[in-house]
Amino acid sequence: MNKLQKPIFEKSRKGKIGYSFSPTEFSDDLITIDKKKLREDIKDFPQLSEVEVVRHYTNLAQLNHSVDSGFYPLGSCTMKYNPKINEKIANFEEFSTHPYSPHKFVEGNLEIITTFEEWLKKITAMAAFTLTPSAGAHGEITGMMIIKKYLSSKGDPRKTILIPDSAHGTNPSSAHFAGYEIIEIPSNKDGIIDVETLKEYLNEDVAALMMTNPNTLGIFEKNICKISEILHKNGSLLYMDGANMNAFMGIARPGDLGVDVLHLNLHKTFSTPHGGGGPGSGPVGVASYLIKYLPTPIVYKKDNNYFVKYHEEKSIGRVKNFYGNFLVIVKALTYLMSIGKEYIRKVAEDAVLNANYIRKSLEPFLELPYKSKTLHEVVFSDNNLNVTTLDIAKSLLDYGIHPFTIYFPLIVHGAMMIEPTETESKETIDEFIDVMKKILEKAKNDPEYIKGAPYTTPVSRLDEVLAARKHILKWENLGE
Amino acid sequence: MNLDDFKFTKEHEWVKVEGDIGIIGISDFAQKEFGDIVYVELPLVGKKVKKGDACANIESVKAVDDIYTPISGEIIEVNEELENNPENINKDPNGKGWIIKIKIEDNKEIENLMNNNQYNDFLNGIS
Amino acid sequence: MRYFPLTDSEREEIKNFLGIKDTKELFSDIPKDKSYFSMNDIPSALTEDQLLIKFRELAKKNKYSNYLSFLGAGSYNHFIPEVVNYLISKGELSTPYTPYQAEVSQGSLQGMFEYQTMITMLTGMDVSNSSLYDGGTAAAEGVLLALRKSKKNRILIASNLHPEYIEIIHTYIQNLNFEAKFIEFDKETGKIDLNQLKEKTYENCGGFIFQSPNFLGVIEETKTISDITHSKEIFSIQVTAEAMSLAFLTPAAENGVDIIVGEAQSFGIPIGFGGPYLGFIGAKKEFLRQMPGRIVGQTVDTKGRKGYVLTLSTREQHIKREKATSNICSNQALCALRAAIYLSTMGQKGLKEISKTNHLNTAYFVKEASKLSNINIKYKKDFYNEVVLEIKNNKVEDFIAKLEEKNIIAGVPLKYFYSDFENSILINFTEIHKKKDIDKLINAIGETE
Repeated sequence: MNKLQKPIFEKSRKGKIGYSFSPTEFSDDLITIDKKKLREDIKDFPQLSEVEVVRHYTNLAQLNHSVDSGFYPLGSCTMKYNPKINEKIANFEEFSTHPYSPHKFVEGNLEIITTFEEWLKKITAMAAFTLTPSAGAHGEITGMMIIKKYLSSKGDPRKTILIPDSAHGTNPSSAHFAGYEIIEIPSNKDGIIDVETLKEYLNEDVAALMMTNPNTLGIFEKNICKISEILHKNGSLLYMDGANMNAFMGIARPGDLGVDVLHLNLHKTFSTPHGGGGPGSGPVGVASYLIKYLPTPIVYKKDNNYFVKYHEEKSIGRVKNFYGNFLVIVKALTYLMSIGKEYIRKVAEDAVLNANYIRKSLEPFLELPYKSKTLHEVVFSDNNLNVTTLDIAKSLLDYGIHPFTIYFPLIVHGAMMIEPTETESKETIDEFIDVMKKILEKAKNDPEYIKGAPYTTPVSRLDEVLAARKHILKWENLGE
Repeated sequence: MNLDDFKFTKEHEWVKVEGDIGIIGISDFAQKEFGDIVYVELPLVGKKVKKGDACANIESVKAVDDIYTPISGEIIEVNEELENNPENINKDPNGKGWIIKIKIEDNKEIENLMNNNQYNDFLNGIS
Repeated sequence: MRYFPLTDSEREEIKNFLGIKDTKELFSDIPKDKSYFSMNDIPSALTEDQLLIKFRELAKKNKYSNYLSFLGAGSYNHFIPEVVNYLISKGELSTPYTPYQAEVSQGSLQGMFEYQTMITMLTGMDVSNSSLYDGGTAAAEGVLLALRKSKKNRILIASNLHPEYIEIIHTYIQNLNFEAKFIEFDKETGKIDLNQLKEKTYENCGGFIFQSPNFLGVIEETKTISDITHSKEIFSIQVTAEAMSLAFLTPAAENGVDIIVGEAQSFGIPIGFGGPYLGFIGAKKEFLRQMPGRIVGQTVDTKGRKGYVLTLSTREQHIKREKATSNICSNQALCALRAAIYLSTMGQKGLKEISKTNHLNTAYFVKEASKLSNINIKYKKDFYNEVVLEIKNNKVEDFIAKLEEKNIIAGVPLKYFYSDFENSILINFTEIHKKKDIDKLINAIGETE
């Protein structure tokens, strides 16, 4: 089917009804607000019957590629399968309580929060967590603010954050919005942070190093313990972006490696669905000396009762309404309980096996700019090809495979960043490898064909230049 | 197009002198490297700038770049046409794609720039 | 285990192909003495039936749903048509990533484009983005947007803005050399003190952020506020925490508001113990290039067919890095889609009806409860669906406890937020409440003597 849909506003017809709800029991005479403050009709607002709404969104859904429909090896995004039991449990009506309910009526929810924090502490060896940040970037800014507050209260405010050149764009942006200046440090030829280079960048202004580990090349920062040691000697902290925690969850714990502040992405490692861009959740874990700087509110248990602290003298303050993306946390806890100690390690093991299988299978056909050992993902380059990374990505769409992350990290020319995750079968991965070989072969003989891809998707390549020059950012009634 | 009147920088801006006015734009090489330009952020007329200051900003779909003025002085005019037709820089970088006009303060700054031949040699060196 | 498709023999096959004997070899870059920690204190895996038992036990510990609740204050319990829950649970909508590959993401992209359109229709604004985290962070982004655009470093905040939103704004500006100053509200009317707004002048101020309906449930004199701010050449930033009011009250743009931000949880999103919710932002078009977050635009494909893409990306962190307009990356896309589905289902008529019912239910309560002698309704003029109840003969704790005995959660005690509201609660009515529920509340209050 995959039929493009008219905007819902063009399907609207005056007088159609899509809802059913008991009418108001009171007359308009009760309205005391001045008429001038009341609005007229909402111009052009949709009017559809229920079945038309269902068809519109069902048809839209069919235009999407998703984890449920096929392979989605988007690097650094950990597009693993999203278990359905998580959804069922998060939809339990009893969990959907009001955030300002008296605590005695929501003890189940408060227990979920503290239980999930306990799980995260055991897996990461961090001393405490906040679950309030809504996404990875929100966790980053929270972590940066914690560092800032800690250093300022020590009377040692520092100005800069060191960020490797392979970092995701949110890292410098989050550090900037926490009031820091950013200094970029180059990766070495092995694709990791060089201890000697780092030393050259260290001075009394450096508040922290923000390290993604494994980094965006999929390489574990093997000098992490040494790096932590020299940072600490310099009075600086080690922040770890845990977006790629899927690579070593259950194998090692960031807290044991000398990490002071860590954020995790529940919508990556912990299997909650990404929702086409959110909602996510980005818990932040800290070493014990930073606990008092965590954002409020803080849920805790004492003598089998649950309490919430809304104010804490040294806290950075609130970063989010209420308790964060609570229902996302329910899903992540369901996931952890379902894999338990028996399978937590298996996650990383299978993810890394699959990624290395792809690496070795495609290495004869694509340039691998960094030869270091890689964990959960591998990054190839389009050097020496007669088509670009974008062309290959678009060709994959014709085979029902979502492309890998493209043109990132920036330090690799035409980067193709492939992350299969542990939830893919060997058949799927073999098929992907075969398709890649086919595309690369076709590119040699008929590059124009590859450059014209995709051919089978609901729309072909879209004109992004036109969109950026001539802004159409909402539907407008042009008359019929 | 005859570019004998044009002077170039290593950052690929050009200056063309008309009386005591310097017209500034980006070179054909630069527009090609950048790709389809979708937006130009122009400075305010009357602003005083020093050689090397970022004085405008151009955007493609996936990149942003500052334009640095090769000469110091007061900005006396900006190419407002670019607000609606940024593609003029792609189509005619040395003509309709000009970006700002500056009242020249120091002629020496211009003498130090490359002429067209020198700039072409420079491009051959980097490509 | 059902989430791991690899078989043991396939694992062996891959290991042989890689030339390794043990999977541990793949992790040899991790310091040996720090890896393979003991898992002893981690609980064992639960099967699906065990998970259900475990979580049903947890669910039972929540007694909340046994009560008739009138809690609001930034989280509103509205009716959600079943089609909304049905459609949003489709894996094709919930399991993709951000739509980076537009050719296979037209569903998500068109959904976001239509959401943006609906926000602009409801607010009258020129542009909307495709979502922010929640109302509080949206307020902070609104402040940052105004300061970025005005190149100023001070913000005026109405002291009857949601206290959590104020806290979040503080958290966000504390490290950026921005300063917040407050405009008080009139304790008699619950509205912003307009004289103070007129008289107070601060140098280098970029905007005034206020809420309407405000935290005390009162609809502000938005038009006058915007006129005053504009006469002082500062931006007027409206916050709306109860998005349902947008369908009943004059749109922000008609009142001269420059930026509107807020919480759209009311549009089909369950109260969910506070999240995930939906931050929205709308603004005049002059703010477009300074807007935070993702924006979807319409374009055409190579064959001239209409399609949608993420656009104006040069504002964002993946291109501009530390110079980006916000650090936001993942947003609340699925919640925005939920809102779009909800709004499509309710449609013009349903939304206006429900929005009005919210007000009428509250108005009925105000009228009837005014007859009671043991309470006082503080702001009887210009409320939408929330009112402040002053308790006369009881301490607030006792009052609440007495109502709890009758299975009613009455409202949010305001003393948590304001020192001079010692004996008041904030109480909310939505379309969920029927006349008999409101009567039950009124009777119960009457019996607290």
